[in-house]
Amino acid sequence: MFAYAVRRIIAGILLLIVMSVVTFYLFYASSSTPERFACGPKCTPAQLEVTKKALGYDEPTIVQWGKFAKGFVSGREFPDDAALREAHPEQVVECPPGCLGYSYGYSKTVNSLIKDKLPISISLAIVAFVIWIAGGVLLGVTAALFKGRFLDRAIVGLSLVAFAFPTFFIGLLLLKFVAIRWGIVPLPTYHDLTDNPAAWLSGLMLPAITLALVYMAGYIRMTRAFVLETMTEDYIRTARAKGLPRRVVVGKHTLRATLTPLVTLSGLDLAGLLGGAIITERVFNFNGVGKLSITAIQRFDLPLIVGIVLLLAAFVIVANIIVDLLYAVIDPRVRLG
Amino acid sequence: MSSSATTTEERPAASSAGDPLLVVKDLKVHFPSSDGVVKAVDGLSYSVARGQTLGIVGESGSGKSVSSSAIMGLFHGSNAQLSGNIFLDGTDILTLEENDLRKLRGRDVAMIFQDPLSALHPYYTVGAQIIEAYRVHQDVSKKAARRRAIELLDRVGIPQPDRRVDDYPHQFSGGMRQRAMIAMGLVNDPSMLIADEPTTALDVTVQAQILDLLQDLQREFNSAIIIITHDLGVVAEMTDDTLVMYGGRAVEYGKTSEILTHPEMPYTWGLLSSVPDVTGDTSAKLIPIPGNPPSLLNPPSGCHFHPRCTFRDKVAGDLCRTTTPELVPGSRGSSHLKRCHLPDPESIYQAEVLPEIAPDLVEATDAMESAAPVAPAEAGGSAEPSAASAPIEAKEQG
Repeated sequence: MFAYAVRRIIAGILLLIVMSVVTFYLFYASSSTPERFACGPKCTPAQLEVTKKALGYDEPTIVQWGKFAKGFVSGREFPDDAALREAHPEQVVECPPGCLGYSYGYSKTVNSLIKDKLPISISLAIVAFVIWIAGGVLLGVTAALFKGRFLDRAIVGLSLVAFAFPTFFIGLLLLKFVAIRWGIVPLPTYHDLTDNPAAWLSGLMLPAITLALVYMAGYIRMTRAFVLETMTEDYIRTARAKGLPRRVVVGKHTLRATLTPLVTLSGLDLAGLLGGAIITERVFNFNGVGKLSITAIQRFDLPLIVGIVLLLAAFVIVANIIVDLLYAVIDPRVRLG
Repeated sequence: MSSSATTTEERPAASSAGDPLLVVKDLKVHFPSSDGVVKAVDGLSYSVARGQTLGIVGESGSGKSVSSSAIMGLFHGSNAQLSGNIFLDGTDILTLEENDLRKLRGRDVAMIFQDPLSALHPYYTVGAQIIEAYRVHQDVSKKAARRRAIELLDRVGIPQPDRRVDDYPHQFSGGMRQRAMIAMGLVNDPSMLIADEPTTALDVTVQAQILDLLQDLQREFNSAIIIITHDLGVVAEMTDDTLVMYGGRAVEYGKTSEILTHPEMPYTWGLLSSVPDVTGDTSAKLIPIPGNPPSLLNPPSGCHFHPRCTFRDKVAGDLCRTTTPELVPGSRGSSHLKRCHLPDPESIYQAEVLPEIAPDLVEATDAMESAAPVAPAEAGGSAEPSAASAPIEAKEQG
């Protein structure tokens, strides 16, 4: 298992390197002119040249990638141009190892930008995750147990409604009624978890519910299908033939088998969300990674785009490894090697 | 579905010795579906006494497994419609509430399933599953239950039971899994054991071991056993009584020795003709039953077997197609019941079926009795081998 984990981690790192090359080529080698955004609307051609040089965009893409990779390993300094650093030592920015680049749009390193926004996105993702897993599994199992009856149809029907409406619509609806008109929860704002856990949670509630509703719909249907499928298994018949009470047959034997595919799916879904929920953050004006990525794309802030893409990729890769390792823990038949 | 049609079927099996533990009377299991009612079991009656073994034989879909699941009360809470009676030790299972039924399952009636790999939970150890089966009915500590599990694993012949108890089912071989399954079934000393094709998924050598084990355990625990199988070898080896099912109904029922030597129903003949005989004459032919098992949704009119029956022209008129034969005693006495219109099936069997499937047997009988009626059949029987071997030679040359 340990050797397997090491091998998976090495493979993950290789995959990240490949991804960084691909993202670099996709954005940097495109016909866009990121220096124009950095320079501003009243930029003269001469200024444009200077900016391009200062940002290092004059060099071949592979060289730029090399600098990025070197910076990630051993840190680097910005601006990229050595002569410029000589001329303006007061403007030099130190970027320690792990460096993902420097955003000229924000005049900050990508790392510090992400570090500011990440807790917001992670909080949102985790609270939403808890809600959608708890709700999804509970309602999914209930629907399965009442298959074909009113409760089943109601749950499945409502989940379809939640699934069909766009996120922003549900978000705005909740915002308008739950927060503004009925005042059940305060207007969603982000508080630091360490400062005030209660405020953190209540501030996150609405956006988390919005996000959870969409995912929950899928999980209800999946859980329902998994439970119904498991209940036709021979070992469930064996469990009943042993004389086990229904709650043990369902709550232990059936759920245990249903858990495995759910863990896989939910791990990957959570990883995808950690990198920001673009629409939800937008609707509730949360300043997370999702909003950051929109800004980065609008401004064509290449280092920021690459940084966020790689971060997201890393989340998904790590989640994948964790899920696979967990799989071996959950399912004794799976032997890693 | 009315249950008034079949009064003659509530005939207790005369062959069962002693006080019957399980009595099934006119059992019907119907599943309503959008296309109509599927009559999986349609008026089935039999009984099993303690220490006795009943074999239920039939093709897939003949209702043999469904009727046993009904005895386990496994249809409770499903959309299946059950009628009739299932008396276990005097109590009618069909009238019980789920909670009482649940206490019966595993404790008084246990079931061994066909494919032990899929019938054991893949995520729990073998020991945990046996312990669970024990503790749900007995108020004992985990430790005591574990000792019991190890003791039973040892009893069913699993080596190093104290270590294997913590293995998962996938770490067992097929035969060991079936042994573990049997251990789980026996953990509460049930008086009734239902084995649903217990050896179908196993190697032949392992099959014999498992059957041996079941016989040993039956002697030890004096339990009644129902073996559901399509293997007549298993029936011959294991059972006292045999019930042949076709299309949800019993078509022949009696002592196993009777049924196997003097079958009176063409379907049973078909089953016997489909069994390869290893030690027998190579000229003996395997004669498969033509056609497919009947649809339980729209069963054939009259005798369910008539579309596949090669002897139906021997019955006068359209009787096979129009009238369902009753399950009544044939020419062999009141303990041998058959559901067939054929007059004098015994002589048809001796004259037309036996020579085809076991020519050596007929010759032996001939030599002993030199009976005249069999003579023309014998000619047919001895003519067959050359005819049968000709195509094979041709194939080898080509």
